[in-house]
Amino acid sequence: MILYHLNHLRELEAEAIYVIREAASQFERPAMLFSGGKDSIVMTHLARKAFYPARIPFPLLHIDTGHNFPETLTFRDKMVEEIGARLEVRYVQDSIDKGRAREEKGPNASRNVLQTITLLDALEELKIDAAMGGARRDEEKARAKERFFSHRDEFGQWDPKNQRPELWMLLNGRKHIGEHFRVFPLSNWTEMDVWMYIQLENIPIPEIYFTHERDVVDRDGMLLAYSEYITLKDTEKVEKKVVRFRTIGDMTCTGAVESPASSLSEIIDEIAASRTTERGTRQDDKRSETAMEDRKKAGYF
Amino acid sequence: MSDFSKDGYMNMELLRFTTAGSVDDGKSTLIGRLLYDSKQIFEDQLEAIEQRSQQRGFEHVDLSLLTDGLKAEREQGITIDVAYRYFATPKRKFIIADTPGHIQYTRNMVTGASTANVALILVDARKGVLEQTIRHSFIASLLQIPHLIICINKMDLVEYSEAAFNKVVEEFRHVSSKLDIKDVHFLPISALKGDNVVDKSQNMPWYQGATLMYLLENIHISSDENHIDCRFPVQYVIRPQQTEYHDYRGYAGRIVSGIYKPGDKVKILPSGESAVIKTVELFGENIEEAYAPMSVTMTLDRDVDISRGDMIVRENNAPNMEQEFDVMICWMNANKLQLGGKYAIRHTIKDARCVIKDIRYKIDINTLHRNENDKEIGMNDIARINIKTTVPLYFDSYRKNRYTGSVILIDEGTNETVAAGMIV
Repeated sequence: MILYHLNHLRELEAEAIYVIREAASQFERPAMLFSGGKDSIVMTHLARKAFYPARIPFPLLHIDTGHNFPETLTFRDKMVEEIGARLEVRYVQDSIDKGRAREEKGPNASRNVLQTITLLDALEELKIDAAMGGARRDEEKARAKERFFSHRDEFGQWDPKNQRPELWMLLNGRKHIGEHFRVFPLSNWTEMDVWMYIQLENIPIPEIYFTHERDVVDRDGMLLAYSEYITLKDTEKVEKKVVRFRTIGDMTCTGAVESPASSLSEIIDEIAASRTTERGTRQDDKRSETAMEDRKKAGYF
Repeated sequence: MSDFSKDGYMNMELLRFTTAGSVDDGKSTLIGRLLYDSKQIFEDQLEAIEQRSQQRGFEHVDLSLLTDGLKAEREQGITIDVAYRYFATPKRKFIIADTPGHIQYTRNMVTGASTANVALILVDARKGVLEQTIRHSFIASLLQIPHLIICINKMDLVEYSEAAFNKVVEEFRHVSSKLDIKDVHFLPISALKGDNVVDKSQNMPWYQGATLMYLLENIHISSDENHIDCRFPVQYVIRPQQTEYHDYRGYAGRIVSGIYKPGDKVKILPSGESAVIKTVELFGENIEEAYAPMSVTMTLDRDVDISRGDMIVRENNAPNMEQEFDVMICWMNANKLQLGGKYAIRHTIKDARCVIKDIRYKIDINTLHRNENDKEIGMNDIARINIKTTVPLYFDSYRKNRYTGSVILIDEGTNETVAAGMIV
């Protein structure tokens, strides 16, 4: 007897494709946010599957903080060319130059928060009414209550008290002029699901997810990649370590983990045995217990 | 977690469940216990709750803090609707729709229940079946959740007594005889002490049944999908603007129910035109047999006029196509339902408008009594209404098909989702 039952990765895939197709249909000018991290790479892959053999019918949007890992940018440009996608890039540096955003000071300075300003400006400039993002509900408690279709007011703000109930798979994307939506196709995926799916589908990812030797700085127990964007404190020194990255964000706030994992299977084994969450490697979340909730309300992802 | 073999993980099933019970029933503790005993709690999360348990002067680590909410909630002493939580065992991946237990309960539980395979209902062994137990069970039956697990909790506080357990089971059976519940399980547990949650209890030798985790891992869910009635709402028409695919027309969507394969004779609604499926595919790969809940793209043997919102069905198994029908609704908005009012309605991926023609009755969800005189339908109320839509919808009864039998109503002024509806 044939069992007509999908395994959980295929069910998550089907759900995400449904959400992406719905965003492409319900909104006039959707876009997909692309950071070069594994979640946005998986989301882009799902978008290709959703519309194949046609090309992805909306642009990818990268908010470039100027503090990217160079490997991320190389990967991005190659991928975009291969899949024939449209890419829009907006720069945090431009927001700073125009006086729209002010650079943080001190050794922990990061452009992570400034991204929100550039992002909201870009959505307005490009008249984007739905921005798809790779955020997952398992990442953080402020994200555990997110919808697939998350309503934002005309200031781009998230009001957790005023979200629409989401029933069955009926997605309500109706909005007033000036408002927009954030759409999260990977809502129900966990970190493990993402890695298993990358392996299942053989999706290319930037090489810094795999083990390599690198100059790092140990800051409060977090291994930051040493770069021109890092200001050393008196007690800190640069060391060479064998590391890889579990998440990829800004160089200034993404911590590396010491790891010999050089293949997807090894990464998956490592995550299965890991006893900390991946957000544990993000300095941006360590600022306070409600750091994510506060940023989300202001329009961050 | 290291016993995740890669092949095993690839073949896991997904089970979605919802939890019902108020704070006092130990719901947060139970979820915390499931996550903790299945080793899904990471060190950084555990450190955080250990610290907070100490700050609050607790003797033990309070597992319920694992599901603590947002700052906005703590500040206002409220819980903002459904939180989704995730854990996996080598057998299954679980999605918990964790719904809070206060006044807005009905709206939240309906939301969590709409996609659930299983509902966990907590009953305090000391208090037995209460009004809220009836309410929770009624919602589970209204939303047609296929499996119900009644967790009789706090067994440690009734000396693990078999008689106390049996009494609650009896009470529940009496009440549930009025409900439409297909599969129900009863479990004596203590979420606080861990009895029968993940590990079998040493304190209740009289109980020979499964633990909660065993049930969650083994409850048979593969027959929950409807593989008989073919329903494929066309979500998106793929027309590549590339010369090599000049004549390609792909109909993309998610199969709601039924099985589709190349060679099948199909009918397109609303036009009624016939065609034969040429391919069922995804990303250039042909699929021999496609079934719910797959997202696929279909091509047909001839040019047919099909657009978003149309439905591809089998020739001799069509859904109802009507403009006027009865719906059981759960009202979810502070503004009351307007008799004679007009709302936007969404069914599968189709948008229309509707007018509320009649309010048949309202249900008192604590007594399950039907009241035909009370026509005030406000937040959290459940009622049967009659509506007329601007265009025909292609629907089945909710009992027959959860996805072609459900609708939402949307306020055209605020754009808010104001009601969940199940077509009678």
